Amino acid sequence: MKFYIKKLITLIITLLFVSFITFFAFQVIPGDSAVAKLGMDATEEQLFELRESMGLNDPMFVRYGRFLKNAITGDFGTSTQYNVSVGSLISERLPVTAWLAALSVLFMVVISLPLGLLCARKENGFLDRFLTFLSQTFMAVPPFFLGIIITLIFGIVLKWFIPGKFIPISQDFGGFLSYMVFPAFAVSIPKVAMLTKFLKTSLLRELSFDYVRTARSKGLKKKQIMTKHVLKNALIPVITFFGMLIADALAGSIVVEQVFNLPGMGRMLVTAIANRDFSVVSAAVLYIAGIVIIINFIVDMTYQKVDPRVRIS
Amino acid sequence: MKRRKRLFFLGLLLSCMIALCACSGSTENEGNEQKEAENGEASKNGGSVIVGITNDLDSLDPHKAVAAGTKEVLFNIFEGLVKPDKDGKLVPAVASDYKISEDGMTYTFPLREGVKFHNGALVTVDDVIYSLKRATGLLETSDPEVRVESVFSCVESIEAITTEDGKQGVEVKLNQPNIELLSYFTISIIPKDYTEQATKPVGTGPFRFVSYSPMVSIVMEKNPDYYVAGVPYLDEVTFKISANTDAAFMELRAGTIDIFQQLTYEQSNQLKDLYNIEIGNMNLVQGLFLNHKAAPFDNLKVRQALCYAIDRQMILDIVAGGSGTIIGSNMFPGFGKYYDETLASYYTYDTEKAKQLLNEAGYPNGFHFTITVPSNYQAHVDTAQVIVEQLKKVGITAEIKLVEWASWISDVYQGRNYEATIVGLDSNLSPSDIVKRYVSTARNNFLNYSNEQFDDLYQEAAASVNDEEKVELYHQLQRILTEDVASVYIQDPANLVAVNKKLAGYQFYPVYVQDMSTVYYK
Repeated sequence: MKFYIKKLITLIITLLFVSFITFFAFQVIPGDSAVAKLGMDATEEQLFELRESMGLNDPMFVRYGRFLKNAITGDFGTSTQYNVSVGSLISERLPVTAWLAALSVLFMVVISLPLGLLCARKENGFLDRFLTFLSQTFMAVPPFFLGIIITLIFGIVLKWFIPGKFIPISQDFGGFLSYMVFPAFAVSIPKVAMLTKFLKTSLLRELSFDYVRTARSKGLKKKQIMTKHVLKNALIPVITFFGMLIADALAGSIVVEQVFNLPGMGRMLVTAIANRDFSVVSAAVLYIAGIVIIINFIVDMTYQKVDPRVRIS
Repeated sequence: MKRRKRLFFLGLLLSCMIALCACSGSTENEGNEQKEAENGEASKNGGSVIVGITNDLDSLDPHKAVAAGTKEVLFNIFEGLVKPDKDGKLVPAVASDYKISEDGMTYTFPLREGVKFHNGALVTVDDVIYSLKRATGLLETSDPEVRVESVFSCVESIEAITTEDGKQGVEVKLNQPNIELLSYFTISIIPKDYTEQATKPVGTGPFRFVSYSPMVSIVMEKNPDYYVAGVPYLDEVTFKISANTDAAFMELRAGTIDIFQQLTYEQSNQLKDLYNIEIGNMNLVQGLFLNHKAAPFDNLKVRQALCYAIDRQMILDIVAGGSGTIIGSNMFPGFGKYYDETLASYYTYDTEKAKQLLNEAGYPNGFHFTITVPSNYQAHVDTAQVIVEQLKKVGITAEIKLVEWASWISDVYQGRNYEATIVGLDSNLSPSDIVKRYVSTARNNFLNYSNEQFDDLYQEAAASVNDEEKVELYHQLQRILTEDVASVYIQDPANLVAVNKKLAGYQFYPVYVQDMSTVYYK
C-alpha cells in the first residue's frame, strides 16, 4: 500500500513540475494567443481588449494558479484557436496517438522476441549475422524518414494504402486500424532493431552462466533451457529497456503523425504551439507525461511478476 | 507448454499478416471506387474536388478570420456587397450595384433581390447593416475577437435607405472623403444575430458549409440557390488540411489531392507529368526589407549598393525556374493602373557600382548583417540563400536566421528588433493599404521608414477624390520608395499550382483566394 501511495505522490509531483515547465516555457517564447488570433496588424487597443477577455493581462502567477485550479477539476479550458473545449479536442486526438503507439509496441514485441531468440540460439550463424546487419541499419534510421520511405514504397509504388488518408475511429474501426499499420511500422522498426539486439545480448550473457551447464548436465534440452530458464532471467534488463521504448514509441508516434497526416496528439501539439494555444498545449503535454509515468509504473509491476526476488516495498 | 508458446507466437504473427492483407485489400477497393466515380462524370456539372491546404483555419467566422489561408477558403462560402473578379475589378455581389458620391463621403449599395443565405432565409437590409456594423466595430456590444480594420475609423454611420427606383439598400456615410474604401466592402454578409457562425457558418456564397474537423478538413457543397445561374459546377469541395508541404506532396504523388497551390519549383517539376501546372502570381511584395534604424541601413548609399548587388532575375531563375514578376517598388502588377511598371528596371545588376557605393559610404570591405526569415515560407528561405551568395561578391556577409512565424510577428514585425528580413507583404486591393505602412507614424511601419515628402504625398493621395490624380500620386509614392530604397524590392513571386488534368477553369485572382466556383470537370 505504501508503495502505491509513494508512486501516486511521484506522479503528482512530476505532473506539477511538467505543468510548471510548460507554463513558463510559454511565457518565454515570443507571441501570445491574442496576436495569433488577431493577426499582425491588430492595434494595441484591440489586443489589450482581447487579452483582457482571455485573462492574459493578469500577472503570471495568478494565471498559473488559475490554470492549476481548473486543471485539478479536469477543466483545461477552451482552445483559443478552435473555440471548442480542450477536453473534446483531446478526446478525439488521443485515441489516434494511443492506438498508433499501442500497435507499434505490439509490433515491437511480436517481431523482436522471436528474432532475439533465434539470433541467440545460433550465434554467428547466417541468420544472426544477417539480422545484425539489418538491425544496425534500421537502428540508425529515424522514424519520420522511414515513414517517408514506407509511403513511397507501399503507398505510391505498390498502392497498398492511400497516402494521407485517414478514417476516423468512430466511422470504421477496422479501417481506422488498417491506416495505423504502416505508421506503426515506421515507429516500431528502429525500435525492433534495438530490442532484438538487446534481447540477444541479454540471452547470450545468461547462457554463459553456470546454471545453464548444470541444466544441460541434468539432461534438459537446449530449447527447454532457453524458454524455461534463460529467457525469464534475460527478460529482466529487457523490461527496463522496453519501458523506455514504450515512451519512445509515444514520442515517435507524435513525429510520424506529421508524415502520415494523422490528426493525433502530435499534430495538435505542433499546431497549438504555432498558434500559442496554451490550454491545448498544456493539456496535451500533461496527458502525455501522465501516460509515460503510468507506463513506467506498470513496468515496475512487471518486474515483480517476472522475477519474484524483486520486492516492492 | 513449449509448443503452446510457439503456437501463440505463430498466431500473433499470423494475425498481423491478416491485418496487413485486410488493409491492403480494402484500400484497393476504395481506390477503384474512386476511379469509377471520376470516370462517370462526363458533363461539366457535378463531381467533387479535394484541394490541399497546409494551414488550419483560424476561425470559421469570416469576421474573425485573419489568416490569408483561411480567407482563401472562406471566399467560397461568403460574399460581401461587392467581390473581386479575376482582373481585380470589384463587381456587385450581395449588392446589385454601388455608387460613390462625388465628394467621396457617401457609399450607396442597393441590395440584389432574392439573394438567400444558406439557411434559406432572404438577405435583408437588417442583415447587411448588422454585418457591416459588426465588422466595422460599430455594434453596441462588440466581440473582441472580431478584427476591425483600422481604416473603418472613417465610417460615420450605416443606415437603411430606399433608392430612387424604390429598391432597398444601405448607405454608408464617412467622416472624411475616401474613394478607396470600396474594396473593404468585401466584408462577408452574415445573418443578423446568428450565434453559431464559428461552428456552423452561414453565408451567401457559391458553396455552403457542410462540416469541419480541426486538422482534417472542411467540406462544402454546391449552393443550389446561388444567384448566378449555373454556378458553381462542382457538387462538393473538400479543403484537406495537410500537416506540411512534404506530406501534401506525398498525397499529390499518390493522386489523392486534385488542387494544391504554392508548390516549390522542384516539386512542380516532379509533378508535371501527373498534373497540369498552372502559373499565376502570389500578389505579394517580396523584398529584402530593411530596418532603417539599424546601421548601416540608415545610409542611403548602402541601401543603393544592396540594390545593385542583388541579381533579381537570378533569384527568379533559381527559386522558381524563371517564373515570377520582378518589381521595383512596394506594389505588384495586380494593382493595374496604380502600379508603376517602369520602376522594376530602375536598378540593374552591377557589382562594380555596388562596390563603389559601399566605398563612398565608408564600407570598402563590406559589413556583416543578419537576415531574419520566417521558416515556414520555403520560397523566402530559398530567396535568402541566393541573396547571401550574391552579396558575398561585393564583400557583404549576410547570415540567415530562421524563426518561427509567431516569433517573426512579435520580434520583427511588432518589436522591430531586426536588421533585415525577407517576407512577402500582401494587401487589400486598395492602393493606400499597400503603401501606408511607409508613413512614418504608421503602426505597422516595421521598417522604421521616415520621409516627410512621402508622408505629405500619401495624405494627399489617400484623400484625393479624383481617380486620375490618385493614379499619378500613387506612382509618385512608388517612385519615392524606389529612389530612396525604402527596401530592396525583389518580385511578386510565382504561384505554381498543381491541378488535376481532368479539371479546368482554375482562375488566379489578384487577391489571395482560391475560387472553386469556376472549376469544373472537362
